[in-house]
Amino acid sequence: MRLLRRLLARVAGIAFSIFVIATINFTLVHSAPGDPALVIAGQSGATDAKFIEQVRAEYGLDKPFMIQLGTYLGKVARMDLGYSHRQRRQVSDLILERLGPTLLLMLSAFFLSLVGGVVFGALSGRRQGTWADLAISLVSLLLYATPVFWLGLMLVLVFSIQLEWLPAFGYANIHAAGYGAFEYARDVASHLILPAITLSAIYMAVYTRLMRSSLIEVAHEDHVRTARAKGLTEAAIRRRHMLRNAAVPVVTFAGLQAGALIGGSVVVETVFAWPGLGRLIFDAVTARDYPVLLGLFLVTSMLVIAVNLLTDLIHRLVDPRVAVR
Amino acid sequence: MKRREFNKLLLAGMAVPGMELLRNGMAYAQTPAGGLISLLAPEPPMLVLSLNQQQPTIVVGSKMFESLLDYDFDLTPRPQLADSWEMSEDGLTYTFHLVKNAKWHDGVPFTAHDVVFNCSVMLMEVHPRARTIFERCESIVAADDHTVVFKLKEPFGPFIYAFEVDSAPMAPKHIYEGTDYKNNPANEHPIGTGPFMFKEWARGSHIHLVANPDYYRQGKPGLTEIFFRVVPDAASRSVAMETGEAQLAGWNDVENFDVQRLAAMPHLEFTTKGYEFASPLLWYECNLRKEPFNDLRFRKAMMHLLDRDFAVERIMFGLAAPATGPIASTTKFFEPDLPRYEFSVEKANAILDEMGLKKGADGNRLTIRFLVVPAGEMWTRFAEYFRQAMAAGGIEVVLETTDIAGWGQSIANWDYEVSNNMLYQLGDPAIGVARSYISSNIRKGILFTNTQGYQNAEVDRLFAEAAVQTSEAARQELYSKVQRILVEELPVLWMTEQRYATLHDKRIVDLIVSATGVNSNFASARYA
Repeated sequence: MRLLRRLLARVAGIAFSIFVIATINFTLVHSAPGDPALVIAGQSGATDAKFIEQVRAEYGLDKPFMIQLGTYLGKVARMDLGYSHRQRRQVSDLILERLGPTLLLMLSAFFLSLVGGVVFGALSGRRQGTWADLAISLVSLLLYATPVFWLGLMLVLVFSIQLEWLPAFGYANIHAAGYGAFEYARDVASHLILPAITLSAIYMAVYTRLMRSSLIEVAHEDHVRTARAKGLTEAAIRRRHMLRNAAVPVVTFAGLQAGALIGGSVVVETVFAWPGLGRLIFDAVTARDYPVLLGLFLVTSMLVIAVNLLTDLIHRLVDPRVAVR
Repeated sequence: MKRREFNKLLLAGMAVPGMELLRNGMAYAQTPAGGLISLLAPEPPMLVLSLNQQQPTIVVGSKMFESLLDYDFDLTPRPQLADSWEMSEDGLTYTFHLVKNAKWHDGVPFTAHDVVFNCSVMLMEVHPRARTIFERCESIVAADDHTVVFKLKEPFGPFIYAFEVDSAPMAPKHIYEGTDYKNNPANEHPIGTGPFMFKEWARGSHIHLVANPDYYRQGKPGLTEIFFRVVPDAASRSVAMETGEAQLAGWNDVENFDVQRLAAMPHLEFTTKGYEFASPLLWYECNLRKEPFNDLRFRKAMMHLLDRDFAVERIMFGLAAPATGPIASTTKFFEPDLPRYEFSVEKANAILDEMGLKKGADGNRLTIRFLVVPAGEMWTRFAEYFRQAMAAGGIEVVLETTDIAGWGQSIANWDYEVSNNMLYQLGDPAIGVARSYISSNIRKGILFTNTQGYQNAEVDRLFAEAAVQTSEAARQELYSKVQRILVEELPVLWMTEQRYATLHDKRIVDLIVSATGVNSNFASARYA
C-alpha cells in the first residue's frame, strides 16, 4: 500500500513537471523572434503577402498567445503532439522514426562511457603513480579537452578514409533494405562504432578520472583495512571491497550527465549524418517548425527522466544496499 | 547482484570494444550498378515541387516533376513536356504543343488539361512566384488534348521563362483537383511525369528514386536509380565525395575552400556550368531610409572601399566573378559598358571628408550596424570582410548575429542598417531583377522585395516598359538604360556574381546539360 502511494506520488510528480516543462517550452519558443513563413521564404528565395498569410493561418499564429497556449496544453494532456505543417506529417510519427537510432546511439554511448570509465579508472587507480596510470590520465585529459566534432572528423579520417575499415557516416547502407536480419544488424553496428565512440569519449574521460580518485579514496577506508587484516588476498579485496564502492559515485554522476548526452548527440548526429532526434531538433529550430520543436522538447525531457530511472536500476545492481533502503 | 555477476559485467564491458576492433576491414564504397548517389543538404521538408520551392526540394523534385520547357546554357528554351511552341506576332498568344506519349507515374496520360489545371488553378493558389506570372494571363485553354494556348492581357517579354521546372511544375490534375492540395495523401508518394519515380524516403537518411520504364523519351533515363543521401555536415560531405560514397555534389554541398582540392581528384569531374538560369547576384544592402545611407555620396564611398576582386579570390576561392551592376553577365540583357567603382581608399576618404564626416579621437567617423546573414561560412566571411574594408575609411562596423528566422524578420520589416542579400535572376530581368528596384515592390513584411526602399520613377518606367516589349533589341536598349541609372545611384552595393561547383563521378556523362544544372531531370545522364 505504502509502495503504491509512493508510486502514485512519483507519477503525479512526473506529470506535473511535464506540464510545467511544456508551458515553459511553449512560451520560450514563441517569444523567439522570427516567423516560419519568412524562413520558408528565405530558403526558397520567393514570397508574397498571400503566402505569408497562408502560413501564419496554418500554424495558428494569427490567434492570441493565450489561446494558442491553451490549445497546446490541451493537446499535451491528450498525448497529441500535433501536426508539422512544414513536413506535412504527424509530429509523433516524425519523432518515433527518429527515436530508435537516437536511443541506440545514446545507450551505446552511455554504457560505453560508463564501462570504459570504470575499467580504465580502476586500472589507473590501482597502479597509482606508475606509467600506466600516467598514460591513462594523460589520454583521458586529452579526450576531455578535445572538441566532439573534431574527434569525430579525426576518427573518420583514420578509420574511413585511410584504413577504409568503417563507413564514414549514415545509419545503414543504402541498399540495406535487401539485407537479412543478421546482415542488417551487422551493417548498423559497423555504422554505430564511430559515432558511439565519439559521443562517449568525453564522458569516458570524466568517468575515468572520477573512478580513479574514487578508488584511491576507498583504498584508505576502514573496511578495506579490516579486509586486509582478515588476511584476504589483494585481488579479493579489490574485487569485493573496493571496486563496487568506488563505482557508486561514477554511476550517480553518469545519470546526471544524461541530459548533456542528448545535447552532445546533436553535434555527433550532424557530423555522422545519423538520423536521430538531435538533428531533428536542429532542423526544427532553424526552420521554426514549432510543433516539432515542442514535441521534441517534451520527448527529450521524458528521455532524461527515463535515463535517470535506468541509473537508479544500475545503482541497485552495483550497490545492493540501495534496494534495501 | 552477486560478485561473480559483477565481474562478468566488467568483462563484458571490456569485450565489446574488443569485438568491434576485430571486425574485418571492409570497403564501404556503395556504388550501385548503373545508379547515382547524390548528396543532399539540408533535408527537404517535402518533395512536391508545386508546394515547396526550397533548394533541396527542387534538386530531388525535378527528377520526378517536369514543366513544359528546359533551357540551354545560353537560356534558349528547349523541349521538355512541350515538343514545340510558338508566339503570335503581337506577343499576346503562346501556343504549346505537348508531347503525346507522356504518362503520369500512375499510368494516367498527361494532357493539356493538366497544364490548364496547374497554371490557372493549383499554382495560382500555392506558388508565390507562378502566381505573379500567370496573373498576367487573360485565359489559359486546352485547344485539344495536346495543345495549350495562353492568352496574355498585355505582352510580357519573359513569359517563355515561366516554364522552368520549379517556376511551374506540373502536378497531376486527376489527383489534386478539388482536394486540399497541402494535405493530399499523394504528397507522401509524389506522382509526376519525370524520368525517375519515387520509391522510398528514409527520413534523416536518404531518398530513393528509380527509373521510370514508361518515360516518353526513347532510351531514357540512362540511370537505373538515384539515391539522395542527406549529409548535414559539410566536412562529411567532402569525405563522401572523396571516398566515392557519394557521386554528385552541387550548389553549396562542398564548401568553397574544399572545391579545388576535390576538383583535382582523378575520379571527379568539376564544372561551374548549369547555374545560368539562377545566376545569383550577391550584394551589400543598405537601408536607404536611414542616415547616412540615404546620401548617395556615402554609398559611393562604401563602393570604393570594397574590393570585389578580393572577395572573388579570398572569400569565394574563385567561385565567383566581380559584379558590375544589377544584371549578371551570365544572363540576357547584361550591359558590359558600365561605369566602374574602382577599389580606392583615397577616393573613399576624399568623399567622406567632403561630406563633413570628421574622424573622432578613436579614428572613426561613425559607427554602423551590420546584420550577419546566418546561412554559413561564406556569409560570415562577407560580413567580416565588410567590417575590415569599412575600417579603412574610418567607418566602424558592429556585426550583429541572429538566426535565419530573425534575419528574415529584420530585413522584411526594414529593421536593419546594412546586411547581405543574394537574389536569383531567374532567366530574365523582368522576373528576377526588377523586383529589387521598382518602387511598387516596396512591401513591408515580405522578403526579397525592394527591402532597401529604393525609389526612382524613371527606373520604374524603364522596367515596366522593358517587361511588355517583345523585341529583344528594344528590351536590350531599355535594360541598358536602366543599368546605367542604377549603377550611378547604387540602390545596393553589388559584389559578386556567384558561381557554384558541381562535382561528379567522372564515369557518369551527360549529367549537366542545361542552364538548370543539378535542378534538371537527369534524363540523359548515363555511364559512359
